[in-house]
Amino acid sequence: MTTVDNGVNVQALLDAREALKGAPEAAQFTWKATAKWENGVHSTATIKNFFGLGAEQSHKQETVFTADHPEVFAAEDHGITPIEYLLVGLASCLTAGVASVAQNRGIQLRSVESTVEGNHDIRGILGADSDVRNGFNDVKVTFNIDADASKEEIEALVAQSQKRSAVYDALTNPTSVTVEVA
Amino acid sequence: MANSWRRERWDSLRLLTPNWLSRLPGQDYDGPDPDGYMTTGEVVDFIERFALASRAPVRTGTEVTSVRPADGGYHVATSQGDLLCRGLVLASGACNLPVVPELSAGVPAAVTQVTPLDYRGPGELPDGGVLVVGGSATGVQLAAELRRSGRPVTLALGEHVRLPRLYRKRDVLWWMDASGVWDQRYDEIDDLNRARRLPSPQLVGTPERSTLDLNALTELGVELVGRLAMVRDGVALFSGGLRNVCSLADLKMRRLLATFDEWARAGGREDEVGPPEEFPPTVVPAAPRLSLDLRRGEIGSIVWATGYRPDYRWLDVPVLDEKGRLRHEGGVVDAPGLVALGLPMLRRRRSTFINGIEDDARAVIDHLVR
Ligand SMILES: Cc1cc2nc3c(=O)[nH]c(=O)nc-3n(C[C@H](O)[C@H](O)[C@H](O)COP(=O)(O)OP(=O)(O)OC[C@H]3O[C@@H](n4cnc5c(N)ncnc54)[C@H](O)[C@@H]3O)c2cc1C
Repeated sequence: MTTVDNGVNVQALLDAREALKGAPEAAQFTWKATAKWENGVHSTATIKNFFGLGAEQSHKQETVFTADHPEVFAAEDHGITPIEYLLVGLASCLTAGVASVAQNRGIQLRSVESTVEGNHDIRGILGADSDVRNGFNDVKVTFNIDADASKEEIEALVAQSQKRSAVYDALTNPTSVTVEVA
Repeated sequence: MANSWRRERWDSLRLLTPNWLSRLPGQDYDGPDPDGYMTTGEVVDFIERFALASRAPVRTGTEVTSVRPADGGYHVATSQGDLLCRGLVLASGACNLPVVPELSAGVPAAVTQVTPLDYRGPGELPDGGVLVVGGSATGVQLAAELRRSGRPVTLALGEHVRLPRLYRKRDVLWWMDASGVWDQRYDEIDDLNRARRLPSPQLVGTPERSTLDLNALTELGVELVGRLAMVRDGVALFSGGLRNVCSLADLKMRRLLATFDEWARAGGREDEVGPPEEFPPTVVPAAPRLSLDLRRGEIGSIVWATGYRPDYRWLDVPVLDEKGRLRHEGGVVDAPGLVALGLPMLRRRRSTFINGIEDDARAVIDHLVR
């Protein structure tokens, strides 16, 4: 039997699952970004630290994300629009899920590509029609996966990755959001 | 006559406008309780008195089944024969039909769904909890009544208009009237479309003149949740933005009350009113519920207090916009001899209320006879 290697340390994840069953406090993570207005609708957001396993943690390096709006929005387009970051989050979360599940199921992946499209009626954010919502009307993800598996097995991978995806859940289910002025 | 007040209102309803403000042309309230609020029966009597005094030639029990352009006017088909007319006033009301969101189609069949137009009282609903959707006057009044009847009540609400019943010892609608807010004209308002769609304020008319804001509902034991966003696999999902819509309503209420204070100060009317008052912010549950399983039997019924709209199915004149709303400029419709009355903010903020008809009718009829 050939060993399957998608580069995911499934054993570590399974161990963590066992360990955290008895230690729910350690499972409480807080992800954190800080954002700063630059000019116009251009801002930068920085991510370095987070909290988890009962302690402050850090990424190996700080990452700075630039957000702006395209020129058709009369903006300078220094970076992608904030709602596009949601597509980034969804695509990378589902992709990580596919790799992990495939590893766990002994499926060797050769390539995983996806396209994520968010349909958005901007009359909502412009206040042009109060019946139109601000967010996406719907989101479509299309995966192209080359792997040592049948079509059904691949579909099952994709289904399971949605089932365990943080971003899929955050987009499809409501979350209470509190915004305060410090 | 007074059909909507006889047949389309729930049993306990009283006007939210005080008696002294419920005026028809040439007919003021002259009863013993000017600061009170009429029951629906009293509204019917009030309108009947007006009909008698005005001797308008009303054909009762006559339904208009179609109105279409005809030579020099309109052809009106009714259940009692046809008419031809040169001028036509659309006064068929703003609240003929309930607005029920499409997502209601996903509600499990075991849950009874009612609208305020068919709701009469708590006794008619099946046992169990009630989900009231909508936090305007209708929604808060029905949520309070259902909770007092002993049922568990969940109120789902989005943007809403918070008002105290009394401010500085005066009815809040006294302030609206006296300070000129109710006189703001349709052509003076920044976003008329928005103003016309503004939900009714969280007010109730009771002998105690009590406030029925969200804090009062929480005290009664009503559970507040965010806007109903979706029903998926029989589970109702609520927006996580409850806190924001409550902050918005608090801010807007404070801003409005500050304009009242400013008006009283500038106009030297401080002596007529009590001292300035502050109201505590809306208390939002620390972790508002985000979903509610409608299949478990916990919720026996849903009340859609999600607004009303006019019914123009009988109107065969191309005067509606793409959303089915009547296109008009202060009641003047873009068709010869066609005018409208009785729509929200038709000409002024007061147009939404019984009180607005006098000025509106005069302006619109002036146009018609010109
Ligand atoms: C629940 C509720 C509470 C309210 N509370 C207040 C309040 O406290 N104070 C206040 O000032 N206002 C209140 N209003 C607004 C109130 O309805 C109006 O102020 C007032 O009743 C409007 O009168 P109207 O004659 O324009 O419309 P309506 O009272 O709606 O009367 C329209 C009439 O036209 C008839 N009609 C419609 N279509 C046809 C047709 N095709 N053929 C024949 N007849 C037709 C209807 O049957 C109805 O009798 C409330 C409205 C609602 C829905």
